[in-house]
Formats: sequence, structure tokens, C-alpha cells
Amino acid sequence: MTLPATLDEAVAALAAVPAAVPVAGGTDLMASVNAGQLRPAALVGLGRISEIRGWQYQDGHGLLGAGLTHARMGRPDFAALIPALAAAARAAGPPQIRNAGTLGGNIASAAPTGDSLPVLAALEAVLIIAGPGGTRREIPVSHLLAGMEMLAPGELIGFVRVPLLHAPQVFLKATGRTGPGRATASVALVLDPARRGVRCAVGAIAPMPLRPLEAEQWVAGLIDWDGERGLVPEALTAFGEYVAAACVPDHPPAEDGTAQPLPPAVLHLRRTVAALARRALGRALS
Amino acid sequence: MSNETVAAPAPGAEQLPHGIGSSLPSGEIRAKTEGTFPYAADLWAEGLLWAAVLRSPHAHARIVTIDITQAQEMPGVRAVVTYEDVPGEPNHGRKTPDRPLFASDVVRHHGEAIAAVAADHPDTARMAAAAIVVEYELLDPVTDPEQSFEAAPLHPDGNLIRHIPLRHGDPEAAGEVVVEGLYRIGRQDPAPIGAEAGLAVPRPDGGVELYIASTDPHGDRDMAAACYGLAPERVKVVVTGVPGASGDREDASFHLPLGLLALRTGCPVKLTATREESFLGHAHRHPTLLRYRHHADAEGQLVKVEAQILLDAGAYADTSADALAAAVSFACGPYVVPHAFIEGWAVRTNNPPSGHVRGEGALQVCAAYEAQMDKLAKKLGVDPADLRLRNAMATGDILPTGQTVTCPAPVAELLAAVQDFPLPDLPKDTPQEDWLLPGGPEGAGEPAAVRRGVGYGLGMVQLLGAEGADEVSTATVKVHDGIATVICAAVETGQGFTTLARQIVQETLGIDEVRVAPVDTDQPPAGPSCHGRHTWVSGGAVERAAKMVRTQLLQPLAHKFGMSTELLQIADGKITSYDGVLSTTVEEAMDGKELWATAQCRPHPTEPLDADGQGDAFVGMAFCAVRAVVDVDIEIGSVRVVEIAVAQDVGRILNPAQLRVRIEAGVTQGVGAALTENLRTPRGLVRHPDLTGYALPTALDAPEIRIVKLVEERDVVAPFGAKAASAVPVVTSPAAIASAVRAATGRPVNRLPIRPQAAVGAELA
Repeated sequence: MTLPATLDEAVAALAAVPAAVPVAGGTDLMASVNAGQLRPAALVGLGRISEIRGWQYQDGHGLLGAGLTHARMGRPDFAALIPALAAAARAAGPPQIRNAGTLGGNIASAAPTGDSLPVLAALEAVLIIAGPGGTRREIPVSHLLAGMEMLAPGELIGFVRVPLLHAPQVFLKATGRTGPGRATASVALVLDPARRGVRCAVGAIAPMPLRPLEAEQWVAGLIDWDGERGLVPEALTAFGEYVAAACVPDHPPAEDGTAQPLPPAVLHLRRTVAALARRALGRALS
Repeated sequence: MSNETVAAPAPGAEQLPHGIGSSLPSGEIRAKTEGTFPYAADLWAEGLLWAAVLRSPHAHARIVTIDITQAQEMPGVRAVVTYEDVPGEPNHGRKTPDRPLFASDVVRHHGEAIAAVAADHPDTARMAAAAIVVEYELLDPVTDPEQSFEAAPLHPDGNLIRHIPLRHGDPEAAGEVVVEGLYRIGRQDPAPIGAEAGLAVPRPDGGVELYIASTDPHGDRDMAAACYGLAPERVKVVVTGVPGASGDREDASFHLPLGLLALRTGCPVKLTATREESFLGHAHRHPTLLRYRHHADAEGQLVKVEAQILLDAGAYADTSADALAAAVSFACGPYVVPHAFIEGWAVRTNNPPSGHVRGEGALQVCAAYEAQMDKLAKKLGVDPADLRLRNAMATGDILPTGQTVTCPAPVAELLAAVQDFPLPDLPKDTPQEDWLLPGGPEGAGEPAAVRRGVGYGLGMVQLLGAEGADEVSTATVKVHDGIATVICAAVETGQGFTTLARQIVQETLGIDEVRVAPVDTDQPPAGPSCHGRHTWVSGGAVERAAKMVRTQLLQPLAHKFGMSTELLQIADGKITSYDGVLSTTVEEAMDGKELWATAQCRPHPTEPLDADGQGDAFVGMAFCAVRAVVDVDIEIGSVRVVEIAVAQDVGRILNPAQLRVRIEAGVTQGVGAALTENLRTPRGLVRHPDLTGYALPTALDAPEIRIVKLVEERDVVAPFGAKAASAVPVVTSPAAIASAVRAATGRPVNRLPIRPQAAVGAELA
């Protein structure tokens, strides 16, 4: 176990012991280690790297350290900047998990139920990856989550760059219980008044967050961006159903052309996504 | 119970509550809150080895070969044992010995033990267990209990574990109104917070001592001795701190291999189960399929109930026969039903074994018969609570088993109490940010989509083992130096037995400092901790022993004063005559002597159910009424239980604080059964055996619990007239919650736990 103090030291430590595994909050990794499912040859602890534990402003963007904990992101000062990410952080598990689990860890684990992931997808966040020799490269978060680009050995997620949109953002999550739990479906929705856009991502129903691009464009065209942004309830409902149909598609018809009905559990998932998307848009525009 | 004698509060703290009816706090409370209470996982012995158990990854497979050579040759491995190394009986089981200690030719469920390893490090032991090569020939698992009847026998004993065709009354009887329903209950896990752990220490005489958190030490000892081929007295079970038990604790697939390894290696051997092993090892609540038909007359008076009840016993019999007896006997609930035809089966499948979990059998039927009562009320157009009141059972009524209910059965009074209790306020006068909506504080709740529903449930459970079980307990009370000690093999599982024992002795002998000795099998048996038996029989035995000590203490004095012992009173360490004229201290009367007495308590005998399911099978019964108030987000189907109002028949309150805690714990377990707790086993394989995938209720899921009324109508045959209180709220709250969700959504809700898609509003579904 090594405890580097800077990002470059951490990258160097990973390069020195290629079998080493980086660990930040450890909320996913250490559970697997304790259960005997993972036996890393060595660990590189990221907890002492102060440069990735805060955030800063950069050209109208927020540059978020990968070591930000969910508890920190849930606080009001952060919520004023990126409300949807703060809401997702507050909804992520019980306090013990939120105190330890980090933004970078949520991305690296890439669990389908990771609460920050749909928010980052909706914000079109960009990851800043630290590599050997002090190099930095950028990957859109969706590329990493979709497996289009991968982290090379020895690379670490250093920062996450998200636009500061100065407009309402919503994150909603359905868990099937009142206490903290994993999402059965979640929706992140952000307004981008400067680009006159609505961006939405649905989490937990697929291996990666899904973006209903056509629904986003359709609804962005309905909104009066220069006046009152509200929409009639029918439009909100139509948006919810548009999103749900895109993310939970019908089965293709059988060869004889008869429609294949969705099983009840999938229908319920679609209904849940529709309700979440409708509520999210309604709250963002209210 | 710890290995230290449980100490009473320090002397000098005289204002502390004492005696029957007081809220005496538990003697373990400090050690438990400070984290110093020794549980089995904390045990240590010089030179101990660590054990690991190899478990089947398949639900049903033939074992072709087991190759242990690789595991044996690993450095640090001291012993590997399989079925070939079991010296005694190859099979064990709580009621029927049908379960192999290690699978030899066939594995019948996911997680069945195949071999065990002892090594000098826990990781070595686990790796060695993983290095055992087992060649399987996969067989089709039978996971649907309905298929079990037709399937080839899964076990030499056959697939039918028990069949009860209960017939009571006239089969031709019919009512003007008939409602039918099909109900499914899921697999709840007892999910003890402390996973299984234990230490086995070999004895010089060739025997072995097992330090485990057993809830039935003598039963576990006999099982172990039979498997090891030893006389029972050569095996000793020492009970360590029990970290939570709402079912049977210490699954035999952990501690039986442990003792075997200790005997084999001559070294102490320890095992602490992971959460996954814990879920795979111990018994679960029976998943149940129920089909009901209720007949009533136009006024809503029940005429006849017909039901078919199918319990999925899993791979081995365990206590399924008892669960089925409870399910069939209580299939109509606490209602007067003149004609009942209930057919019940417990069948073998390749699912994980089911067994004793608080309120087994009774919980499943309660959910079904209460759903039927709601259906009937809807069909008749009457208020569901009024319909229940019209049919409520009372003392003197007859169960479908033909047994007359002789104990207090204040069912109507309980129901009226919860019905009359004011409903909780709607949060409309508080700021919207403070509303706790379904889905939780950071959830997606939308006030406009939330509907509130109110539902009722009436439930009953048996007290003590049924059908002729010998429910005896023995206790000893010793007094010396102003300190009383209780020696009784009743295990403190958190139910509060040690506190109760101290209260009984305080009450009887007037001695404040009472200790309860740790439990082991050198003491006479007190039986398993289930069905409230220790409150009844062990409490009764302690009382008798304490009264015998009292007589020994007072006899010489009575003789001296020339009056009978009944005319002397003991209070606050003083002995006073009835008129207050003569007085002495307990200390003086003791005169340095040591007084001992041992007594037994054995309730009146019961009889097995006959071929028609008839017989006086139960010693006692307890009842409760629950009103549930729920909020449902009818678009997403998320449910929050807002409030549970409970009225319960408790006989007599022995410890108000403890009683409240037991009821609250029971309701919370019932909330889990109603909403989230279901161990899923697609194709017989346990999915998500961890506390993330298996959602126990958290503080946010637990409702406001209002104990509206505790009816103290003493049960004359029970010691102190008291009824055990833990099980009946577990049984009744799921039914009430389902009823409330029905009221909120207009949906039938015929499955527990309630899935979100079943709680979506009727107009949206």
C-alpha cells in the first residue's frame, strides 16, 4: 500500500507496480476484497492527494477533483453550482458510503446504478486523465462508460470538467423503498439556456446512462427560452413517454407482424422512466 | 449471554426499577452499546485453526468425484473432511434427520456443504476449500413447488414432507357471497445482523466443546453427538453472545463441520461466516402459494372457508411439518368459521431449505385470509373493519382444528382499539421540503401522485411448540451472600429472558442483585428459543424455583414466629410479618447459608392433528390487531408505511419497556416482509446474498409505531398470565400493510413482498 501525495506520484506508483490497484473511497473495491473476491497484489491509496479532493472554476466550467466525496458534493455550496450532481450525491447510499465514496470511484466502478453517472452524461462531462510522465488527456465521460475509450494501464481519472449552466437541473431516482437503496431507474435532466438545449440521461436501466436525443431536441424546440419556460402538462407527459419509449423500447414485432408485448416488469420500468422524466422536466421548468 | 456472569446493576443504585411489571433494563445493555459484549466471532483460543466450508454452486447436481488432494497438499492446511470422514450418523435435521452433514452423491440446493477445511489462516482455509475439485453432473432443479408432486423424488424420503387435509363441518355448506383469491408469499430471510460464527475446542477425553450462538443448545448438542458418533455427554455446547436471532441460529452446516475438524486435528478450530455464506447456510421463511375461497351470507357472516396451502420446504424437511400445522390450523385467522376445508402440503424442492423464522406458517396465511376479508368487504360493500368485527373470534369459539379457544381472545376489543385511534395528520400544514414521501428524502416523490391508504389486519400465532411437543424447561435458583443466581439453559437471544428471570427472582425473593449464569449443555435442557417458550416455561420454572427458595428461607422464621410462610412478606431486603409487628432482614435470615432449588415447568400436554387435521394441538395463542397507514406513489408504485397502530393481547405486562421494544421489532420485521425482503432464487440459485441486494428495513423505512392498547387479560394456564409478544406483530403487520396498499391503489395486491408494479394505481396499470 502506497499513499502518494500528488496525482503524478500516484501515476508513478502505478507504473512502478503494474499489478497495483488504485483505491479512493474503497466502498466498492474493499467490499470485494473483504469478501475474498479480489486480491490486489498492492494498493495505491488516493486519499492523500489534496489536489483532487476539491474543485475550481475554469473558463465557465467547474473542474471537479476525482477525489470529491459524495458528502462534499451534497453540500449547499456545491449544490448552488451543479444542482443535479449534488442531488445525485445526496441520494447515493447511506451517510457512511457518502462520506467515503468519491466521484472518480463512481465513474471508475461504472456500476449501472452509479448515481452520478446519468448526471455526468447529461452534463456531457469530460474526464481529465493523468498518465505517466505528467501527461494529461481528455475523454468524454460517455466514451469511457460506453467502452469506446478505455483507461490505459497506469492512468488515473484526475478531474471531471463539467459546464456551469446557471439553470435548473434535476436528478430523480426510483428505488422501491424509503431508505437508501440502489436505483431501479434514475433520470438526470439539465437545461442549457445558452445553447437552448435540454439534456437528459436515464440511469440504472442499462449498463450505461442512456440519452434520449430525439426527445431532448423535440422538447427543447417547444420551450419558449426567452419568456416563461413552462410547458403544458400534456407536453410534459408526452416528453416522459418519448423518453421512456426511447430508453425502454418495444420488442420488434414477430415475423408474422404481430406485436410482442413487453413483460409486466419491463412495462413498469417504462412507466417509471416516463414518470421520472415528466417530473424532472416539470421541476426544471417550474 | 456472555461468558461472564451477567451482572445486575451495581448496588447503591436503589432507585432502579425492579420486580415484575417494572422496566428493568437489560444487564447486557452497557456492554452491547460499548462494543465490549463478547459475541461468538470474538472468541479466541491458543493455537486455533480456521475453518472454511465448501458449498455447492449448483441447485441440483450429482457429485461424480470429490478430489481433495490439491487442497490437502497446500501449505498450512491441517485437515480436509468430506462425507467419508463423518464417524457417526451421516444425516441430521431438526425434526427429521434427512439432511447430510456433507453431500455425498447429490447436492440438493445452492449452498449445500460438501467439504470443510481447517488451516492455520482463514485465507488459506478459504483457498484450500476453493481448491477442492468436485466434478458435478448437473441435474434439472425442481424449483416450483407445484412441480414437486410430479417430479422424480429429490430425496430417498420422497418429495412430500407433510400433507394435512383439514376437514371441519359440512362440505356442502355454501354462502350467498363467494370470493376467491390466489396469493404468493416470498422468501424472507432471518438475516441476523451477526453472521454465524463459532469455535470448537477438542477435549482431552475425546469429546469436543462447541462455543456457538446456539438458540437450542441441547438440540444442537444431540445433533452434533450423533454425527460425531459420540455419547451426548462427550459433546458440550457453550452458548456465546447471540448477535440477533429471529429464527433458528447456528445453521448446522457451520458448527457440525467445526467440531469434526477439531476432533480430527486436535486443535481448536474457529469459523466466521461471510454474509454470503450466512445467507446460503441458514433456513428461510417458507415461500407459500395459497388459494382461498371464502363463503359468507348476505350480512357478511362467514359460512365456509376452503383453502389450499402449498409450502416450499426447500431441499430438506427441517421444521416444515410444524410450519404447515400452524398454516393449516390458523388458515381462517381469528374469525369464527363454522365450516372449513383446508388442505396443506409442504413439499421438497431444490430451493434453499426453509425452517423456523418467527411466525412461520401463520404469517403466510394471515396475508391471504386478510386479503380475502378485504375482497369480501368490497363485494358486500361494507367497511372492511366492520366486516372483521362481525366475524371476530372470542374465548370459547372453536378453531377449524376442533380445538376450543380457552385462553383470552380479545380480538374484537383489539380491533376496536386500533379502529378508534385517531389517524395520523396529513403533512399539508408543514413545509413541503419536510414531507417524507414514498421513495425517501432524496427520492422522486411527487405530492400530486401520492395516495394515502388505511388497512387492517388481525393475526394470531401459537404459543409454545404444538402437537404433543414436550415443552419442558428446568431452572435452578441459588441464593448466597445476598446475591441470587439463576441457572437455566434458556438462551438470551435478545428476547429479554435474562431480564425477565432477574425480575422474577427480585419479585419473589426481594433480592435486588440477581445474576443469570451463562448457558451450556451441562445444565438441564430448557428447549429452543422459539414460539415464546422461554417467557412461558423457562420463566415459569424460574418462578417455581425462586418460590422453593423462598419457602426454604422463610420456613425457620415462620416456625419461630409461629405463623405460616404465606403471612411473611419479603421486600427491599426485609422480611416482615403481615401485621408488620415482626421483622428481620433477609441477610439475617440467611445466616450465611446457601439456598438452592431446582424446578421444572411443563405446560399441559397437546395432541397431534389427526387424519382430518383435528386435535387440541396448541397450548396457547396470542392475538393482535394492526392498522396500517401507507402513502403510495401511484405512478412509480413506491410505498411508505406512515404509521402502524398495534393493539395486542399480552396477558400481563411483565416489563413495559422490553414489551414495547419487542413489538416495535416485530412490526419492523413485518414491514420488511411486506415491502422489501425477498431472497430471490431464480433456478434455485440464490441471487444477491448480501445486505445490498437483500433490503432490510432501515430507520427511514420503519414507520411510526403506535402501541394503542395492550390488553391485559391473564391467561390462567400461563405463568404470571403472560403471553409472549414477539411473533404476532410480525405475522399481522404485512397483512395490514397489503390491505392499506389495496385501499390506496384499488389494486388487488396478492403477493408479498409488494412489488412496485403491483402498487401502481388501478387507473394507471
